[in-house]
Amino acid sequence: MNTEALRAPPTAYPRHDTAKEVAAFEVTGHGIGGPAPKRIIVGYGFWIFLLSDVILFSAVFAAYAVLFKNTAGGPSARQLFDLRSVAVETGCLLASTFACAMAGVAVSERSMKWTQLALLVTGLLGVSFVFLEAHEFTGFIARGAGPTRSAFLSSFFTLVGCHGAHVTAGLIWLGTMMAQFRAKGFREDIRLRFLCFTLFWHALDIIWVAIFSLVYLVGTLPPQMLP
Amino acid sequence: MWGKLSWQAIPFHEPIALVAGGLVFAALGVILTWIALKGYMPYLWREWITSVDHKRIGIMYVVLALVMLLRGFSDALMMRAQQAVAFHAPGFLPPAHYDQIFTAHGTIMIFFVAMPFVIGLMNFVVPLQLGVRDVAFPTLNSVGFWLTAAGALLVNLSLVVGEFARTGWLAFPPLSEITYSPGVGVDYYLWALQVSGIGTLMTGINMVTTILKVRAPGMSYMRMPIFCWTSLASSLLIVAAFPVLTATLGMLLLDRYLGFHFFTNLAGGNSMMFMNLIWAWGHPEVYILALPAFGVFSEVVPTLSGKALFGRRSMVVATLAICVLSFTVWLHHFFTMGAGGDVNGFFGIASMIIAVPTGVKVFNWLFTMYGGRIRYDSPMLWSIGFMVTFVIGGMTGVLLASPAADFLLHNSLFLVAHFHNVIIGAVLFGGFAGYTYWFPKAFGFRLNEALGKAAFWCWFVGFYVAFGPLYVLGLEGMTRRMQHYDRPEWHPWILVAGVGALIILCGIALQIAQLVVSIRNRAQLRDETGDPWDGRSLEWATASPPPAFNFAVLPRVTGPEPLWDLKCRARELGRLVTAEPPYEPIEMPRNSATGFVTAFLAVVTGFSLIWHIWWLVIVGLAGAYLTFVVFAWRDLVEIIVPADEVAELDRANRAARAAVLASGYPR
Repeated sequence: MNTEALRAPPTAYPRHDTAKEVAAFEVTGHGIGGPAPKRIIVGYGFWIFLLSDVILFSAVFAAYAVLFKNTAGGPSARQLFDLRSVAVETGCLLASTFACAMAGVAVSERSMKWTQLALLVTGLLGVSFVFLEAHEFTGFIARGAGPTRSAFLSSFFTLVGCHGAHVTAGLIWLGTMMAQFRAKGFREDIRLRFLCFTLFWHALDIIWVAIFSLVYLVGTLPPQMLP
Repeated sequence: MWGKLSWQAIPFHEPIALVAGGLVFAALGVILTWIALKGYMPYLWREWITSVDHKRIGIMYVVLALVMLLRGFSDALMMRAQQAVAFHAPGFLPPAHYDQIFTAHGTIMIFFVAMPFVIGLMNFVVPLQLGVRDVAFPTLNSVGFWLTAAGALLVNLSLVVGEFARTGWLAFPPLSEITYSPGVGVDYYLWALQVSGIGTLMTGINMVTTILKVRAPGMSYMRMPIFCWTSLASSLLIVAAFPVLTATLGMLLLDRYLGFHFFTNLAGGNSMMFMNLIWAWGHPEVYILALPAFGVFSEVVPTLSGKALFGRRSMVVATLAICVLSFTVWLHHFFTMGAGGDVNGFFGIASMIIAVPTGVKVFNWLFTMYGGRIRYDSPMLWSIGFMVTFVIGGMTGVLLASPAADFLLHNSLFLVAHFHNVIIGAVLFGGFAGYTYWFPKAFGFRLNEALGKAAFWCWFVGFYVAFGPLYVLGLEGMTRRMQHYDRPEWHPWILVAGVGALIILCGIALQIAQLVVSIRNRAQLRDETGDPWDGRSLEWATASPPPAFNFAVLPRVTGPEPLWDLKCRARELGRLVTAEPPYEPIEMPRNSATGFVTAFLAVVTGFSLIWHIWWLVIVGLAGAYLTFVVFAWRDLVEIIVPADEVAELDRANRAARAAVLASGYPR
């Protein structure tokens, strides 16, 4: 081994021209140019939160997959699910996201009237989604297929209910957001908060797409097609 | 009106618990009264409780960890004492109480000692090392800390109101299900961890964002100090693992509160799913704790060896390799589930592979010391103690990673010895190394070295005397968590382990003495320059304690050891390298009571959920929503530190550094 290298006094590092270097690397977004602007920091942090939320859902998805067949003599997914009502739910949620994106356009145009209107439509469609889901749940419970009936139903209610709880929390946030726009106008911090809200609302769509395909579509497959 | 809560919740029939709890809360009361009488309350509120300064929050995290260490260690002493006398005898702790003690010991030591200790160090050090003014989200940081403290308070409340879980520190079902644990103990456990878990997740998100997006100009990834790298890896693991804990404990809560069947014996529940889920969090958790400790050693060893870290790049690669691999080994916690030879084989080999990057790290530290000018100050002693202890713990870990051996040693005291070997050896020694190393930075004076060294030797020797016998006992077939036993060959080893715990107690007493003596002699121990160890990274480039804004102007980073480079050039030039910068006013985030209020409401909500006081749950949640709205509605978010004040603080520090430079130090 080269012991000299190990003993060498660690003084001499090549000296760089930071300013030149920063100018060269700034475009890479690797943070070499000093602290990022607030907009980047807030958006980035919220993305990290959303990823953690996706992981939370993935744990519940895993539990659902494990318990899917444990119906304990109770009703199975195929006997319960009504794809038509789920399709309407999906339509509500996707349309709501579209309205939310429209609100984004209105905010960038600084139009308070259209912002409030688009957010109102977003909220109403979200409320319809939650209402339809609650209707589905109460229907199941009325038929003796509540979450306490079997492990399968426990995991189903938890997975879909967890998404529903997220939408409900989102609706409370939405209402607060509308009030904030009204009270504070299009201030930068309010717009950043709105950016986070839109990210949240879109992420809930992505989760729903996974629920729609893995829970409802797979659940209604004929038994011989299931693994 | 008050749910399940009644006077029967006060454990009058368990005098030990009542007295212990009474003493804890009496001490708390005395301290609070003293603070109030002295008139320190406004200061405490203004400067600490509502502070969003990462340094203050970091210090509060560490204080929480050290206080809870006393609680967790008292539990350990009681367990050692019980086993010492419970040979052919019932001992002094009835099973119901003993079971609560070992559960509380594990829960407290992991969640409320180890976690706040490493997160506190991360909070304090990372922004300073990155050369910036604060973390990405200062108020969120405060909320995260206070939620952790809220969880700790809930655990301690269970001492005097109700009971704690008797299930072991991970509350495995079906034992933890309502059928077998009908009391409130498991509910205390679950809600305390849910509350503190959310706090931890917030901190993880905050740290990832800070390290990736908020760094001084010129600090490329490969120029980040290793402690920042390990903090990044640890925070990434928090973001990836803690949601799994939240989901899993949430499922158990649904089972207990609403009669769901995730983990029950009935209706298709699957209790082994809990093992898989909880360890999918639990094993990464081991590295969430260990990686920041590795980072501390990677700072202490180069500084006190007077040499750059050997193999920086390999250190980074090893850190990230551990970060990824930590998610591929969870099943080794329950090889006995019977997943079959192929599955067990995969997880066994994956577990052994983790030893490779860890070994890389150990060699890097050793080669850093090789040929260096080593100063055996107490942070260095903790580091060397760690290397010796951790290598032994790692080797017993590789042994346990072999499924064939694990079937014999599963849930034996051999396992208990192994994980204490790595957690005390790495996390706690790392925490203490960091505590002594960064203490002068935090408070502006060093800790007493003589007492620090004595404390180290007590801990080091005490550890081996306390846990060496447990390896033997495990090989002799003694299982963990035994309230009494009748095997004569075990008894002497148990007694030796008890002596070891007493030696550790001396170590703790010496650490308390060290703190008291150092505070008294703080004038002599003062750190004038802000660079007491002849440091290499940016946290030593500012005054001790640093001003609220950390740096008068953000430093320009030109290499992996910016301060060292600067000092080398200053020695060549015989003066400070940079001329006095033009000082400008600095914007800093305003204090906020949001964190404290949220945590208070979290305690109220958690407590009322535990005792089924539903109206109070609604009040608590509504209050939390209101708190957030009030926070979101505020108009003034920043205060301005005037340029004069910045200049005054920075000039003083520059003068101190110039004086030291003129006197020939640093070498």
